Amino acid sequence: MTGDTLGFLQALLVRALYAIALLLAVLLLNFTLMHLAPGDVADTISQSMGGADEELLNQIRADYGLDQPFLVQLGRYIGGVFQGNLGYSFFYNQPVVDLILERLPATLLLVISAQVVALTIGVLLGAISAQKPNGMLSHAVTFIALFGFSAPVFWTGILLLIGFSLNIQWFPVSGMRDVTIEGGFFVKAVDVLRHLVLPMVTLASVFLALYSRLARATMMETLKSDFVRTAYAKGLPTGTVVYGHALRNAMAPVVTLAGLQFSAVFSGAVLVEAVFSWPGLGTLAFQSIIARDTPTILGILFFSSLVVVVGNLVTDMVLRAMDPRIRSGSA
Amino acid sequence: MIHQLKGVFASAAMATVLVAGSAVAEEPKKGGTLVTALGSNVRNLNSAVQSGIVTGFPGAQLFASPLRYDENWEPQPYLAESWEVSEDGLSVTLNLVKNAKFHDGTPLTSKDVAFSVDVIKANHPFKSMFAPVETVETPDDHTAILKLSKPHPALMLAMSGQLMSIIPQHIYGDVPIDQVKTHPRNNEGTVGSGPFKLVEYKSGEHVILERFDDFFIEGRPYLDKIVMRIITDPAARAIAYENGEIQFGAFESLPRIINRLKKADGLTVTPNGYGAIGPLDWLAMNTQRGPLADVRVRKAIAHAIDKKFVLNALMQGTANESRTGIHPDSPFYNGEVEAYELDLDKANALLDEAGFPMENGKRFDLTIDFGWPGVKPQVEYVKASLKKVGIEVEVRASADFPTWAKRMGEMDFDMSWDTVFNWGDPVIGVHRTYDSTNIGKGVWSNTQGYSNAKVDELMAAAAVETDAAKRKALYAEFQQIIADELPVYHINTLPYHTVYSDKIGNPPLGIWGTSTPVDMMYLKD
Repeated sequence: MTGDTLGFLQALLVRALYAIALLLAVLLLNFTLMHLAPGDVADTISQSMGGADEELLNQIRADYGLDQPFLVQLGRYIGGVFQGNLGYSFFYNQPVVDLILERLPATLLLVISAQVVALTIGVLLGAISAQKPNGMLSHAVTFIALFGFSAPVFWTGILLLIGFSLNIQWFPVSGMRDVTIEGGFFVKAVDVLRHLVLPMVTLASVFLALYSRLARATMMETLKSDFVRTAYAKGLPTGTVVYGHALRNAMAPVVTLAGLQFSAVFSGAVLVEAVFSWPGLGTLAFQSIIARDTPTILGILFFSSLVVVVGNLVTDMVLRAMDPRIRSGSA
Repeated sequence: MIHQLKGVFASAAMATVLVAGSAVAEEPKKGGTLVTALGSNVRNLNSAVQSGIVTGFPGAQLFASPLRYDENWEPQPYLAESWEVSEDGLSVTLNLVKNAKFHDGTPLTSKDVAFSVDVIKANHPFKSMFAPVETVETPDDHTAILKLSKPHPALMLAMSGQLMSIIPQHIYGDVPIDQVKTHPRNNEGTVGSGPFKLVEYKSGEHVILERFDDFFIEGRPYLDKIVMRIITDPAARAIAYENGEIQFGAFESLPRIINRLKKADGLTVTPNGYGAIGPLDWLAMNTQRGPLADVRVRKAIAHAIDKKFVLNALMQGTANESRTGIHPDSPFYNGEVEAYELDLDKANALLDEAGFPMENGKRFDLTIDFGWPGVKPQVEYVKASLKKVGIEVEVRASADFPTWAKRMGEMDFDMSWDTVFNWGDPVIGVHRTYDSTNIGKGVWSNTQGYSNAKVDELMAAAAVETDAAKRKALYAEFQQIIADELPVYHINTLPYHTVYSDKIGNPPLGIWGTSTPVDMMYLKD
């Protein structure tokens, strides 16, 4: 037991070191890439103002240190990061950390709820269709899955908007809350949930497809294995065999995939947020890339890398909890 | 020439003119929350240091300016109840209203006017607005005298709309003057003297404004609250107009969406209200490079492009033709210039004459740039059109705006689609494109490398001409020359449209559109 804990801590330490190296590499690479592109944030500030003369552009560049040599700018930035300072957004005149923390909850809400829904429904659909791989239901699931996976999210999003905001006015068009409604916590929570449904379904549709396909495949495999046959031989009802025994075993690859896909869900959120004006990191990322707002882009990359690293770590731990073979290192 | 207006008379006249816009003049109703859309995130709410159409809407509600304009381009009193321009044009006296207060209760004085002029001069991108203003004298709390180095008729428009926001010195005066652009109270705890005060600005989400009860015009504003929701996706915005989630929005420019919204019940979609902002789409030509240095080549290109196709097929009838660098809605516009009808024979003849004979169906190569994806169809159309007269065009995409801006600023292009705004007086937004002392100074300067001493002279004369009719004549001649020499082939106005629900009374459809106070806008029952 202690050896197990020690091994876990060691694994955690190694992973943490990897994570720090990864984060640094992300920052370095992107800082350099952004710097290599022609033009800078002074141009987009000038664009937002309808044009600016050279003198003002130079003044803006001097204010933000953009007139300094590349290495000086890089050194200042990395030095700041080590002191926990992600810098100041040139475009929004706000500290990057504030900007991100303001947006992070919205994105986490969207990403996590989409992931949970995609995973639950995806696995359920996969399990159902695996039982009769050539049945009508199975084909229907395959069709839905392929459709969800192939359709671009912004298209799915607009389609859902036309269907459920315009033709049947069930859900609001955009944003995360209706500031004109009055009420207590419960009323406001329901309001946020109503705003959440369409972007969440849009984002989930892509990953639901992925999870249901994988769940179907692994379930079909698992249902053929010896222990399932044994369970049936013991006289257990089908429901118990499929959902009690087989599903649990078939889940491991799906959970692994879900962990790996976490970063993809995050990047999917960028487009979904843009369509629904969801006030999260995705919208901010989209806008700051267009605005060439380097500190904000790097800050978002930093945070999202962090979330992905943590996400993968959580996946690992879930897998360990689910499958004893991983814990003992024999898998 | 002494020019004086009595405040009471003028504001009564203004109310009449503005209300006349709606078919039936009805009694405005007070109260209610208006929900509107902003098409992009707001960078900075302080319109004294941040220009642009996005800041204009909240900016003009938070901050008041000395003047406002009616739909006929006539100045009307606002913070200044009357004003005089001295005989020699070198001094402009503003008599401020006595009861103007900032949102924190501090009275607004002429010191704030002087301070604001300094801040705008140090931070605002449109330097030509106040460049001739040497000092602002403040003999008493309610008189501000702008002393000019030369007559400056453009000052009138520069004192209206969002261009001269009066900001409180006691709030923004605690940092060096050129640092006001990054003042912490630009986006939080913002204080002005306009009809609405700031409740909350959440980046990427909304700007919420609330009626300012001590606003200096009695009984206004009519609305209790304005919620400006930031919705960046035009398709999502269109659905929100249609299902009534938002009741008002401006700067819609996608032809497909404009035409769709025009068919929707309960919505009005109008191109009115953009005359002073003056957005123009044009084909820029680098007059210092290759074949384009020859005016005959530029004329041939103009004759080879069918404006009607651009207007009818690409813009789907939502935009108007423009022929010069001044917006057709401006009183300075002169449409009596060479219009360059589609004429391929003439184009071919001009190219032959310029010494570029057709060889195996080709004369020479050119490139065309564009800075944002929305204008790709126009650029592709130019390519297809010029092929017919033997000009092989390569389309150069830019990864993003800064990439394109850099190419333009350094004059590293042959042709480019471009969109440039007038911003009120020609001195502010028009001269920069043709002024030979402004060549290659960043994007939206004279990126075409155009230089004509006569044009420079006309612009310089018009800038100081105080007689309105003479000024108009100078600009008329100026427009004739640039239409003839074509540093830029003017094609169409940008099809900006304002969308509003039938529940709205007095939408802002004057010359400054949403860059004006909406103290008279109201919600019907």
